[in-house]
Amino acid sequence: MRSRQAVIVGAFNTRQARRLDGETSDTVTSAAIRGALGDAGLDVADVTGVNVLPGLDYQNGSRKFGYAMGIPYFWAGRAMPGAASVLEAATAIEAGVTDVVVLAAGEAGIHQDAASTAPWTRPSNEFIECWGLMTPAEFALSAKEYMHRFSVDPAKVAHVAAVIRNNGARNPEAVYYGRGPFSAEDILASRMVADPYHLLDCATTAEGGSALVLTTAERARDLPGVAVAVLGGGSESWGPSYTHPPTYERVGMLGRDAADRAFARAGIAREDVDVFELYDNFSWEIIRYFEAFRYCGVGEGPDFVAGGAIEVTGRYPVVTDGGTMSHSHTGESQRIQRVVQAVRQLRGSSAANQLPDPRVALVAALGDVVLLGRQDSR
Amino acid sequence: MRPLPRPTALSRPFWDGCLDGRLLVQRCSSCARCFFIPSVFCPHCLDTDYEWVESSGRGHVVTYTVVWRPPTPAFDPPYVVAVVQLEEGYEMFTNIVGAEPDADLIGAAVQVRFHRESEEIALPFFELAPATGLRP
Ligand SMILES: [Zn+2]
Repeated sequence: MRSRQAVIVGAFNTRQARRLDGETSDTVTSAAIRGALGDAGLDVADVTGVNVLPGLDYQNGSRKFGYAMGIPYFWAGRAMPGAASVLEAATAIEAGVTDVVVLAAGEAGIHQDAASTAPWTRPSNEFIECWGLMTPAEFALSAKEYMHRFSVDPAKVAHVAAVIRNNGARNPEAVYYGRGPFSAEDILASRMVADPYHLLDCATTAEGGSALVLTTAERARDLPGVAVAVLGGGSESWGPSYTHPPTYERVGMLGRDAADRAFARAGIAREDVDVFELYDNFSWEIIRYFEAFRYCGVGEGPDFVAGGAIEVTGRYPVVTDGGTMSHSHTGESQRIQRVVQAVRQLRGSSAANQLPDPRVALVAALGDVVLLGRQDSR
Repeated sequence: MRPLPRPTALSRPFWDGCLDGRLLVQRCSSCARCFFIPSVFCPHCLDTDYEWVESSGRGHVVTYTVVWRPPTPAFDPPYVVAVVQLEEGYEMFTNIVGAEPDADLIGAAVQVRFHRESEEIALPFFELAPATGLRP
């Protein structure tokens, strides 16, 4: 073990719902922080670093919350919530830059205009906005190109959405609990949003907050819960969002080098991973991850995910809480939810779909990857 | 009405060209490659010397999507959002007009067609190039 090993000691989601009446981004985010600190057995006074994104306040969220939490001087992380912010915080902790870090995000009360898609899906720059682009269209472009190149049966992509939605249907904490089961045919029968994506291939929208607490393994020994080690990670970007064309050529392998580095740092093999908490904003992305991360060859993903392989009873279970398609999607905090769910699986405390004794989880969102391991397994 | 671009000092020559019916693009004075969207330096060699030159306006569809659920009611679905690669090698977002929603457009040869949207703005749409078929 490293002299300073970063571990996750707190993980918490607030209640997630289509609408949380009376809540704001600040109230759900602070509730998530309280929950995660409570889960960790730590107090606000223990916190030395923050990376907080309330609503869409990308510029000042961390400094605002650090100050509001009464921490005189704090490390402020700048990575996006989820795998990226976990990797950044773990790196800072292991380098001795900070000791106890809160990562949080949450959103409520922002998406009110039912006639339009969620505000964070509508880019506003001068070479994008005039063409009617929004997030599903942006992500559809690479999926369409891939499916054309490899002559993919749309039912194989829809199968991914069905699996994830069925995980959520079994999860009492999911916004769409009880909604299901779905078959690939049901997904294909839903109305088209941006070809090849149907409504049920896409993320939903909801409100809620999520938070994590990280510290050192040494500090965690005095805490009550099961710690989850950050075994390794990687982080890649390909460019500013909604600015340059996201062709398959450009984005198809996003995260490959990040995964290579994560496995090298962790010193484990692909097949050591028990659960895959992947960012499921669109169905085909799950196929893309398995190819980019070298679980199968390029073009082989649709067959790789077929049958029961990615179901909770399969060898490569994905998105075990129902993800953005069924559990919750709030704009940004859904990427922290992937980490929360990985931690809960590794602790054996998942609200649903608990796997038998998982030891290693892979969490990924776009080009960001972290490998998490139950502390007692190392 | 769809939201229209608000030209910047950097992008003004591009939009003025559109008003003139000319698809302009920056060409690096050092490596002679074209680049888009407008930038103060060449993304291929980082040189800051460039000139605005006229593109042929011809290219092919790299990928596209037919949008049925628009971001706002300002758009009238279905419409085709595409990535077109111009003959000069650069890519741009656009809408393909005049194509059937169920046509397979990947690889299709297209050419620019400007449409005046306001006093200040004409947009560079693309349409299928006549009788050229798919590119080899
Ligand atoms: Zn150049």
